[in-house]
Amino acid sequence: MCDTCGCGDPEIVPVEVHDKILSGNERKAAHNREHFQATGVVAVNLMGSPGAGKTAVLEATARRFGSWHAIGALAGDLATERDADRLRSAGIAARSITTGSACHLDADMVHRALHHFPWRHLDYLVIENVGNLVCPAVYDLGQDVNVVALSVTEGEDKPLKYPVMFRKADLVLITKLDLLPYLPNVRLDAIVEALDRVMPRPRYIGISATTGVGIESWIEWLTRVRAARRPHADVAALGLS
Amino acid sequence: MHEYSIVQSLVERVDAEVKSRGATGVHRLSIRIGELSGVDPELLTTAYETFRERTVCDGAELDLTIVAARWVCEQCGEPIGRASLLKCNVCGSPARLAEGDEIMLDRIEMEVP
Repeated sequence: MCDTCGCGDPEIVPVEVHDKILSGNERKAAHNREHFQATGVVAVNLMGSPGAGKTAVLEATARRFGSWHAIGALAGDLATERDADRLRSAGIAARSITTGSACHLDADMVHRALHHFPWRHLDYLVIENVGNLVCPAVYDLGQDVNVVALSVTEGEDKPLKYPVMFRKADLVLITKLDLLPYLPNVRLDAIVEALDRVMPRPRYIGISATTGVGIESWIEWLTRVRAARRPHADVAALGLS
Repeated sequence: MHEYSIVQSLVERVDAEVKSRGATGVHRLSIRIGELSGVDPELLTTAYETFRERTVCDGAELDLTIVAARWVCEQCGEPIGRASLLKCNVCGSPARLAEGDEIMLDRIEMEVP
């Protein structure tokens, strides 16, 4: 009650919160991360525009890498199973996360998908996000690394137009390199320069899923990420099994 | 349009605070959105106006502060200008975003009986 005059009106009280609006997602992402660390699975959040070549990169990766390492994928898609079907054909254990109208994956969607997917034996779990250069950058999924696929056909200035996603990228795969000779107005130097302006630690690899150029370097990078992981924690001790 | 899902998280959070304090209404929310947070303030405001109806935030004004991006050297703390490469001019170390990526709920003004 208002204690100034005793009129009976409710009192207005300011409550200081100072918390992230997405703190709920961050808690779930932390939970996923604990799972991944405890089981030694390297989780990769693969983002990029629709048609940037995310699925094609994974297919090419499986062709070179699949026989030595267990790769699995969760494929975020608004409406279809097409990407998961393609990945399974390439020998990657895959499950779709159909988001309906949602433009991004969040940590809870990933967590629920993991309940229906045999992921614990994997060396790498690639979470292929919904094709979009904006929204997926906002949501932590519990991944170890963020990788953005950027195709040369998207032009030179996408990093400058979408700095939020590229700032968060640990690696950018400049895809469809084989198409560069047919794009007179796109210079690789200019794409790299744009990345240097938005990534504090610019790292990029030019690749072509068609010719196989750069796939070895990308696989080396993945291998280094895995090697840098701390020794596996005891799963049973963490109560996550 | 992830702004809708951000508004949903915001309203859920406010609802939890209201219930835990036995408040009877919400007057105003103060939030901070960073320039490099990936959230568009205008879209967020539109999403809020649409989504708040028939929620605990129905009568609550949204007070939104935009935070400009501020980069500093992660090693020596030297400020790094907006138009420059994200690298320190003094020591060459990578830049760190000191502020400008926040999506924060700062304050809720509530009616308490």
